[in-house]
Amino acid sequence: MMFDPGVILKHLPEIISGTGVTLALWIAGMVLGMFIGFVVATLRRYGGVMVDIPLGLVVEVLRGTPFLIQIFLVYYGGPFVGISLDPIPCGLLGLSIYAAAYYSEIFRAGYGAVPHGHVEAAECLGFSRLQVIRRILLPEMALIVLPPSVNLSVILLKESAVLSIITVPELTTTVSAIGSQEYAFLEAIFLLAVIYWVIVEAAARLGRFAESRFSTYRFSTP
Amino acid sequence: MSFKLFNLLVQASVWTIGISAISIGLGFLIALGLSAALLSGKAFYRRPAQFFISFFRGVPLLVQLLLIYNLLPFIGLNVPSIVAAIIGMSLCTAAYQAENLRGGFKSVPRGLIEAADMVGFTPSQLFLRIKVPIALRLTFPALVNEAIMILKSSSLVSVVGIVEITRMAQDLASSTYMPIEIFSSAALIYLVICWSVALAGRYGERALPGVAK
Repeated sequence: MMFDPGVILKHLPEIISGTGVTLALWIAGMVLGMFIGFVVATLRRYGGVMVDIPLGLVVEVLRGTPFLIQIFLVYYGGPFVGISLDPIPCGLLGLSIYAAAYYSEIFRAGYGAVPHGHVEAAECLGFSRLQVIRRILLPEMALIVLPPSVNLSVILLKESAVLSIITVPELTTTVSAIGSQEYAFLEAIFLLAVIYWVIVEAAARLGRFAESRFSTYRFSTP
Repeated sequence: MSFKLFNLLVQASVWTIGISAISIGLGFLIALGLSAALLSGKAFYRRPAQFFISFFRGVPLLVQLLLIYNLLPFIGLNVPSIVAAIIGMSLCTAAYQAENLRGGFKSVPRGLIEAADMVGFTPSQLFLRIKVPIALRLTFPALVNEAIMILKSSSLVSVVGIVEITRMAQDLASSTYMPIEIFSSAALIYLVICWSVALAGRYGERALPGVAK
């Protein structure tokens, strides 16, 4: 047995398409997750105990169980309750819900970290609740939630590899299929690791750059 | 769903807990060495440690497991898949724990180190008697978090054929056609395990002595 990455590289178009699916799922999952997570955090803050406790329980369950089990539940359990999804939409749904649980906790912490005086000042000036959220809480929170969000985004990118188990045609699925087809599984997995590594490093660097770039706008806490 | 099926899942959880516990333990030992290398002044030690951590934090655990599972036979080591799984998980958690420990070692109060130095501690005594216990205390909450992450990630070792909770659930779901009941039960078992660890962690943190800043 020889280690020969060349056999894999002739499948470059497939690898690029797999990378595309991974990146698309990642970004879509991140955006959807962030949106749902923000809505959940806002509902939990303003909706009263009757909303806060059930949502909190859902978040805890999502955070306390493996992503793989959640995916299996949606993918194999869905058809039994009338939700038959193809692998890609199923993967996107699973990834977004998983992401939303973690993002909601980040936003909850973000809400808590904005100085109360700022909110009170806005209320004194006659801001409505929606205005307070949009004009005061969101902009101030954006800087606080940036570092944990970058962290979570990198975790999500890596979790998306799990979607290969339900045959979503993303990077892991594509490259390991090429590996078995060419009898070069080790080379394929090695290449796979390198591709993920490069994307993760790039994403992490971009995140760190954004953090240092925007840190000048940070308000000072009393 | 019958009690018998649920019981099979509970029995499989022994593997989940066992593999996770061994990996956390082994990973911790590797992480101690890695964090010492990270804090070392010599690039000869620091660079390889940084490379290792960057790789294992940058690649999905699933890919790491597949890599190690296929790499070991390639270099002539025919080990059972459980060994491959434990090696993979240990190396992965070691990379995360090393970063935590590095933070812990850096926050050991300087005054304590100087005081130990003054009373004539040798460097190894200083490390073992002062730095390690304090760093451990400081990073304890992070360690509990990491243990929970690893418990959840251990579901991935099902792909290399180890019959822990997830694999057992998969097998049962395909033979009984009750995926909702089976996977929900599996989720419940994971929840109970993770919440127990979190609870034990909070209790442990209160029981441990605090560190003056």
